[in-house]
Amino acid sequence: SAGSCHSVSSSGMAGADGDDSLYPIAVLIDELRNEDVQLRLNSIKKLSTIALALGVERTRTELLPFLTDTIYDEDEVLLALAEQLGNFTMLVGGPEYVHCLLPPLESLATVEETVVRDKAVESLRKISHEHSPVDLEVHFEPLVKRLASGDWFTSRTSACGLFSVCYPRVSSTVKAEIRQHFRNLCSDDTPMVRRAAASKLGEFAKVLELEYVKSDIISLFTALASDEQDSVRLLAVEACVSIATLLPQEDLETLVMPTLRQAAEDKSWRVRYMVADKFSELQKAVGPEITKNDLVPAFQNLLKDCEAEVRAAAANKVKEFCENLPEDSRETIIMTHILPCVKELVSDTNQHVKSALASVIMGLSTILGKDNTIEHLLPLFLAQLKDECPEVRLNIISNLDCVNEVIGIRQLSQSLLPAIVELAEDAKWRVRLAIIEYMPLLAGQLGVEFFDEKLNSLCMAWLVDHVYAIREAATCNLTKLVEKFGAEWAQNTIVPKVLGMANDPNYLHRMTTLFCINALSEACGQEITTKHMLPVVLKMSNDQVANVRFNVAKSLQKIGPVLDSNCLQTEVKPVLEKLAADQDIDVKYFAQEAISVLALA
Amino acid sequence: IQAHCASGCVTNDHFPCLADLFFPADIISTVEFNYSGELLATGDKGGRVVIFQREQESKNRPLSRGEYNVYSTFQSHEPEFDYLKSLEIEEKINKIRWLPQQNAAHFLLSTNDKTIKLWKISERDKRAEGYNLKDEDGRLRDPFRITTLRVPVLMPMDLMVEASPRRIFANAHTYHINSISVNSDHETYLSADDLRINLWHLEITDRSFNIVDIKPANMEELTEVITAAECHPHQCNVFVYSSSKGTIRLCDMRAAALCDRHSKFFEEPEDPSSRSFFSEIISSISDVKFSHSGRYMMTRDYLSVKVWDLNMENRPVETYQVHEYLRSKLCSLYENDCIFDKFECCWNGSDSAIMTGSYNNFFRMFDRNTRRDITLEASRENSKPRAMLKPRKVCTGGKRKKDEISVDSLDFNKKILHTAWHPKENVIAVAATNNLYIFQDKIN
Repeated sequence: SAGSCHSVSSSGMAGADGDDSLYPIAVLIDELRNEDVQLRLNSIKKLSTIALALGVERTRTELLPFLTDTIYDEDEVLLALAEQLGNFTMLVGGPEYVHCLLPPLESLATVEETVVRDKAVESLRKISHEHSPVDLEVHFEPLVKRLASGDWFTSRTSACGLFSVCYPRVSSTVKAEIRQHFRNLCSDDTPMVRRAAASKLGEFAKVLELEYVKSDIISLFTALASDEQDSVRLLAVEACVSIATLLPQEDLETLVMPTLRQAAEDKSWRVRYMVADKFSELQKAVGPEITKNDLVPAFQNLLKDCEAEVRAAAANKVKEFCENLPEDSRETIIMTHILPCVKELVSDTNQHVKSALASVIMGLSTILGKDNTIEHLLPLFLAQLKDECPEVRLNIISNLDCVNEVIGIRQLSQSLLPAIVELAEDAKWRVRLAIIEYMPLLAGQLGVEFFDEKLNSLCMAWLVDHVYAIREAATCNLTKLVEKFGAEWAQNTIVPKVLGMANDPNYLHRMTTLFCINALSEACGQEITTKHMLPVVLKMSNDQVANVRFNVAKSLQKIGPVLDSNCLQTEVKPVLEKLAADQDIDVKYFAQEAISVLALA
Repeated sequence: IQAHCASGCVTNDHFPCLADLFFPADIISTVEFNYSGELLATGDKGGRVVIFQREQESKNRPLSRGEYNVYSTFQSHEPEFDYLKSLEIEEKINKIRWLPQQNAAHFLLSTNDKTIKLWKISERDKRAEGYNLKDEDGRLRDPFRITTLRVPVLMPMDLMVEASPRRIFANAHTYHINSISVNSDHETYLSADDLRINLWHLEITDRSFNIVDIKPANMEELTEVITAAECHPHQCNVFVYSSSKGTIRLCDMRAAALCDRHSKFFEEPEDPSSRSFFSEIISSISDVKFSHSGRYMMTRDYLSVKVWDLNMENRPVETYQVHEYLRSKLCSLYENDCIFDKFECCWNGSDSAIMTGSYNNFFRMFDRNTRRDITLEASRENSKPRAMLKPRKVCTGGKRKKDEISVDSLDFNKKILHTAWHPKENVIAVAATNNLYIFQDKIN
């Protein structure tokens, strides 16, 4: 048990006669079966220590057989075990004996929990490289075959991930067998196995000789891409990327494109979604010519898809797709084919589509250049800035920097301001919070003048928001603004307003003054802090609300390091001493804490 | 269908000698065979799941084949309290669905009104022996005397069946869950409550997708609720749901992420001559089941079972009267709330016969080829092991013949709501309140 474990390690170290290294190991071995899962997990994670103490022979003959049957345990224990076994080669006697690790990993590869199975497969892949070519054929490859023809689909799914690691290193007869096994799994009865095969198709194709890619893989790919199960077909889209990269350009049209075209027009929106989601990868894999002729119309269709999920996925790819278009025809394609679709998406009925578009549309300006941006994109940005959905407006505002580089933000400021004001006053506090976080960025891009004129009042209004999270964010925002615009600006524009709130009848607003001072003192420096802020803080020590008084103590502790020692002794110390004698227990506590931290005692 | 003999009756109660004085918690609320038919699961009002396993034929007990014995019992759901809404959440198991077998263990989904759980039922027949720090009798060894390390060895032991909760799918249903159904893609399943249907991935518990939502913006405009839903047995994209208005909608998940718009709508025009105050209530569908072939579906309403061809939306291809004699008693059935009973229905393995329950511990079977039907009774008195079940007849007015029972003497407290048919053989399971009866074809 855990209790005895502690007593053990100490007595073990005292270790008199016996081998003093045995006792801790004995505990670890016993705890492999402890009722407490954490202790079992701990022992499994130290399996290498146990194996080292047992020596390679006992590890092979006793520990591994025991572990082979330990498949009843909790997932996290099995997961740790599967991982450990991947690094066990030296502990069983080196590459010569690495095949001893296969039985426990084989049983782990058949459990129902996907994460455990995947980890077992990962470890099997790892140790496959440590097998000699002979051992690979004598031990490893039979294991793959056993898994591939297992009764349960869990073992067959695991087999799918092992073909590619043994294929390159076996004789041509065995290679033929492996190809046959993979073919069988691609047409397995259960969709689980076909999915596993489809997801490993690309990886397997990479290790196959080109002739077999053309003969075997293409037919499997075509079959999986027209499987009756949507969940299988959509995985074939992923495989399409790897297969297309392997084939010479002249074969793509006949071998891959018919299937890809079919997938882009699949009856199931989930498959079309997958095509949209993988569009950039597909585009790179098939090259510029096919992109121009085939993918552009396909992409247009996806942008106009009847299912919003598909449109949103495609909208997300607009910028990347345009960037990757061949340079000679990029602008023409965007202007004549893509932009019209994008224009429609700006007024889409679904807000997720619009917000997906809003998160990338600004990126088009760098691709299209100044004139096109002003003529064609600016109206779209402005429309999105006025969108009814706050997320759309936020996404535009958060990407302003792209436009700034091309046309400057002034072009937008007319529409920007109402959009910001509206977001700043949105009924949902999370929306207000989001826009606050963009304020420093906006301030930097718009410049101090514009900011003072239009946005400063907003920043001050947030300080008295009725949601604490907003007041807190507004305080933090002030600090960032001061860092941008400097102490002098702070003294003229912010500090007077902040200090004015010290006389507010609402104690929450009075506390906001203190929070702002905490945040600003460092950025504003010693002079402003001592001259302007400190007197207000000290005066507030007479506040009738205890929460304000103990926050005064906290503030003094916070701004103390900014003040000089004379000021601390003559002004701060008497006030803190007074507060330390306050009748409220919390005020006393924080005053005493401040005294000791500032070393004023 | 005609010749069935009882193979066993299991009483789900605390005191076997007091079979009639059952506890409400013992009432069986769902019955379901697994894909092979070797296991049968029941759920009850007390949140328990009992799994029965079919005995293998043995030389010394030649007739034992077909007997189902308790394999595992576990508490699936506990009573809970929703503090935000001040609502009690019953532990009653509303539905059980088995997953296709994936390894040596078996998996099932069980649900109460709010929470769906995935259970693993597995066997263990080995246990580890040998400790370093204690001897065989459990006495601690002197830590200083440990000179060798012992690695535990696995020894055979008596078979132990364990049920362990693997996943909990919670917080996705505002209303009461009435159905769960595993998709033929083996990775997703749907769950339906009164107003919404959600789609889950079997490995993901913190997220589900809403695929149907019939909640009106204003709840006062609510005219219809979802009563049952099921995935198509082969087409992963198709599912149906039935409504309290007696209609069935078939949806195609390929068309859109949100299936608010159905692709087929099955409704039988109402017969104006039989219209009454109760028409709407009795037309509410209590269960919908696809045939194993996937070509047909069957719906159960209060008085009848209908078989629909998926290719014909305007009327069912077959209609079977379950207890037409109750039509004259609807008023009293309304008063005692029986009219709201939710009878389920099931297909036999070859889709050639169907079964559903009735009152007075009667259940009905219909042969679709010969159009013959039979009423049988599940009761302790006349179902001695290996005895033949006698067909029963309800007398509907006129002179009562011998062996007939009059409508007025039917016991409406004895209702058979849940039945299940073995997927391959003629073995049926019938839940009568707290008793589970298993009948099988006569062995020649």
